[in-house]
Amino acid sequence: MGIFLSKIFGRILGNKEVRILILGLDNAGKTTILYRLHQGEVVTTIPTIGFNVETVTYKNIKFQVWDLGGQSSIRPYWRCYYPNTNAIIYVVDSADQERINICKDELLAMLDEDELKDAALCVFANKQDLPGAMSAAQISEALGLAGIKNREWSIFQTSATKGEGLTEGLDWLSLTLAGKK
Amino acid sequence: MSFPSEKKDDDEGLGYERPFRGVDKAHVIQEARMFNDPNVEPARCIQLMTKLLYLLGKGENFSSKESTESIFFPMTKLFQSKDEKLRRMMYLVIKELKPDSDCVIIVTSTLTKDMNATNDLFRANAIRVLCTITDTAMLTAIERYLKQAIVDKQPLVASAALVAGMKLMKSNPDVVKRWAANDKSSQMVQYHALSLLYNIKKSDRLAVSKLVAQLSKTQLKSPLAQCLLIRYTVTVMAEGNTQDRSYYEFLENCLRHRSEMVIFEAARAICQLPNVSQRELTPAITVLQLFLSSPKPSLRFAAVRALNRVAMAFPLTVTSCNLDLENMISDSNRSIATLAITTLLKTGSESSVDRLMKQISSFMSEIADEFKIMVVDAIRALCLKYPQKHRVLINFLSTILREEGGFEFKKAITDTMLALINDIPDAVEPGLLHLCEFIEDCEFTYLSTQILHVLGKRGPKTSHPGRYIRHIYNRIILENATVRSAAVTSLAKFGAQVPSLRSNIITLLRRCVHDADDEVRDRSTFYGTILASESEPMIKKYIVDVVPHKLDGVQKAIEDYIEASDFTTSFNFAKAVTMPIHVPTKEAKKTPQQAVAEVAANAGSSIASKRQETGTIYADLLNQIPEFAGFGALFTSSPPVNLTESEAEYVVTCIKHVFPEHIVFHFNIKNTMEEEQLENVCVELDLSDCPGCSFVASIPSDAIKFEQPGMAYVAIRRTKAMANMFLKNCKLTFVRKEYDPTSGEVAPDGDEDDYPLDEIEVGLSDYTKPLSLPDFRSALEKYKSISDAVVAIQETLGMDACENSASVSSAARQHRLLLSGVLLGELAVLVRADLRTSASNVVEMKLMIRSQTPEVSEAVLEAVSS
Repeated sequence: MGIFLSKIFGRILGNKEVRILILGLDNAGKTTILYRLHQGEVVTTIPTIGFNVETVTYKNIKFQVWDLGGQSSIRPYWRCYYPNTNAIIYVVDSADQERINICKDELLAMLDEDELKDAALCVFANKQDLPGAMSAAQISEALGLAGIKNREWSIFQTSATKGEGLTEGLDWLSLTLAGKK
Repeated sequence: MSFPSEKKDDDEGLGYERPFRGVDKAHVIQEARMFNDPNVEPARCIQLMTKLLYLLGKGENFSSKESTESIFFPMTKLFQSKDEKLRRMMYLVIKELKPDSDCVIIVTSTLTKDMNATNDLFRANAIRVLCTITDTAMLTAIERYLKQAIVDKQPLVASAALVAGMKLMKSNPDVVKRWAANDKSSQMVQYHALSLLYNIKKSDRLAVSKLVAQLSKTQLKSPLAQCLLIRYTVTVMAEGNTQDRSYYEFLENCLRHRSEMVIFEAARAICQLPNVSQRELTPAITVLQLFLSSPKPSLRFAAVRALNRVAMAFPLTVTSCNLDLENMISDSNRSIATLAITTLLKTGSESSVDRLMKQISSFMSEIADEFKIMVVDAIRALCLKYPQKHRVLINFLSTILREEGGFEFKKAITDTMLALINDIPDAVEPGLLHLCEFIEDCEFTYLSTQILHVLGKRGPKTSHPGRYIRHIYNRIILENATVRSAAVTSLAKFGAQVPSLRSNIITLLRRCVHDADDEVRDRSTFYGTILASESEPMIKKYIVDVVPHKLDGVQKAIEDYIEASDFTTSFNFAKAVTMPIHVPTKEAKKTPQQAVAEVAANAGSSIASKRQETGTIYADLLNQIPEFAGFGALFTSSPPVNLTESEAEYVVTCIKHVFPEHIVFHFNIKNTMEEEQLENVCVELDLSDCPGCSFVASIPSDAIKFEQPGMAYVAIRRTKAMANMFLKNCKLTFVRKEYDPTSGEVAPDGDEDDYPLDEIEVGLSDYTKPLSLPDFRSALEKYKSISDAVVAIQETLGMDACENSASVSSAARQHRLLLSGVLLGELAVLVRADLRTSASNVVEMKLMIRSQTPEVSEAVLEAVSS
């Protein structure tokens, strides 16, 4: 019976890996989030030149998570990784008020891409542990998330170093992606 | 995608597999989309990447958009997979694809991570890829990991790092020099470590010899590394010119190594050592002889090849292997059989020649051209050694000349024939007739023209010049324009030198004036008119004694003229002809070690042929200097003599060119000071001690930069035909200017300075030209003696040894040396020296000299006794 159930489950989810991109400006905490999800611990990171890729299994779903470097020299290559992407985790440094506008421009440019028109968007308002961090609502406002009509999106307050908010994000992603299949 | 299945159908129809049939770029790029699939299918991806590698290997050009956007980026998605085969393939493709430098940063992070992965395969491959695509800035970031990898326990990883180091040596030597690798347990790693170490230290001669000395005392585990060490040892020995026995002992020890590979390498190394003595050679030959009976064909081949090479210089030592070699003639492997026969030809006695020739002809048609050429070369050497046998050999050559064969092969045969014609007077007529026959059916324009030229030169002087005319005229009827014009020239030469044929030749030339080709028409009209003029001086000037222009010089001048694209002035032909070409500088740049190595390699070829070759180069060079134009024909040039230490600031070598009444001292000067430029460099000679000699001209070298060779000349006139000179107090004078190597700027003013040089001696050997006289018959068949004395006599007299009498075994107690040469003024001299070690171990010599005048004989005698 158990086997039967898991088979059903597998069929519902298409037994597929889902591909997720973690994007965001440099120093937003993308690599830390990736390894927090993958290994469950905080690792010391250096600025990512290129990308990191890991497979994270959560609630029977295999997430193939791509963490692309956020430096302005690498951003042009993001679009090379858009095809066949199921969801985007967009990481925002909540304490970095100065660059929130750049953050918004990059997000909008990305959402315009045809290859991402079916991808779900999950925004992580990261670094909530820092003093002066903007709240999810403030960031949502600043990024203009309310204007997004044609895709599923959500925003979570997270702190990768403390491990807060990440599981909620993944929960939402697994539900959303499962619903799509 | 229908393409793979389609391909399969086709192949089944043909009955065999052709995996890359119909692979093309467009398909591959289209298929590369599969990399984007979130669920990678390793098998399909590997297949696709194989196709991609095939295309890259074939040299297919991918535009930067195609390679980055369509292939590189999608492929980076395969990093998600943990499939080892897939990953390995991906590393390979990235390495081969060499994506744009700004794109490669996308994989840097991942590769750096892989370099520290737990999987050895990932680690090794990541190192290789990263080192291939990285640039200097990134290198410093990953250097730490590479150093770590070198001492990795896994041989795979350590080797990868070492090889990467070798690659990086080319681009970033400074970084790699900081690494130090040592003490490797695994075989492959030891090999790579050694070669990296060598590469790091390559520029420092002392460090290399230290390395070799140190390692040769320890036993390396890896046979490959041991072989490499042997090679390095040989380099050190050649460079160092040391008489250090320890190196040789190391090589000899290697002859007793466990691994056959090492034994062979050591034996080969010993065989190729410069100045190797007979005693030193013997153990190596013994080992090679053992290999001859090995069941492994590769080993037999290697051994016989090494023997073949050494047979030229030491025929006597190799003779001991003759029995084994005879057995190998019937070896099923034709390559081995060929080498065995050619070795036998070199070592064998006169009596065995006929038998060997018969055996060769039996399988000549079965072997590849390359080996045929080898046989031909061996025959050439044989001919010069046993001139009496030329009839058999020329017949053999003409037989194989008729067989099928490529250009190189035919060229080797004709070259040999021409050499025989040159050296053996008896062979001229049969040789020319065979060549005539050959050009009747020759598809190679180059060879036809060459033969026609020789016919024109040699033919008129034979007993029946008329018999060649038909062959030559046939060419005019049958061949292409180039050959036709060569034939016309050849005919004209017959007409010019054989008065009885002249009227007929004029008729033949008249027939050619309606030829379709301009050149042929021009030549025939020209020659026809000259011949018809009946004016002997004209005929001699324009047909017989034509000095050909130096074509490379003219070609270079034309190229320069076209490149300058200034067509307002017309091309100056006279200037082009006299334009200097720097051929001898190449010669001068050769280090003494190289020269020694070369001499060792060509131990077989005689001094005469070598001097002749360089002689023509020098003659061309000197002809182009207007000051020397009136000196007449260059009689002979001496080998270069060092006037300074080879490590001096300015390295000067001197070549003495002897003209009928003049001597030209030709100085090659090399500036080894990086921050100096020398200008107005000339050499001052003090002629006060040389009565009867007067200074004529000095040609300075304008400017000599760092590491650049320059040439200066001094010409003097002598009254005595063979004046012995001893010039002391020679010095190099120049204006030294400071030179900034980074900016390339030269300081405007400099200071005058001079630099002392060693004394220059001009003696009998400078006035003597070696002449190979193959039919110097001697009743004695065995020559044995004291090799040093032989070399000394040869050097003093500057003559060439005949009948191979210069090669002697070191243990011999008596020897007859036969020398011949031409003294200035075309006086032939023959010298016979009987050498003997007396009871008191002193070399005694009996000298017999034959020449046309007693004065010459006395001069030669004096040269030896003084």
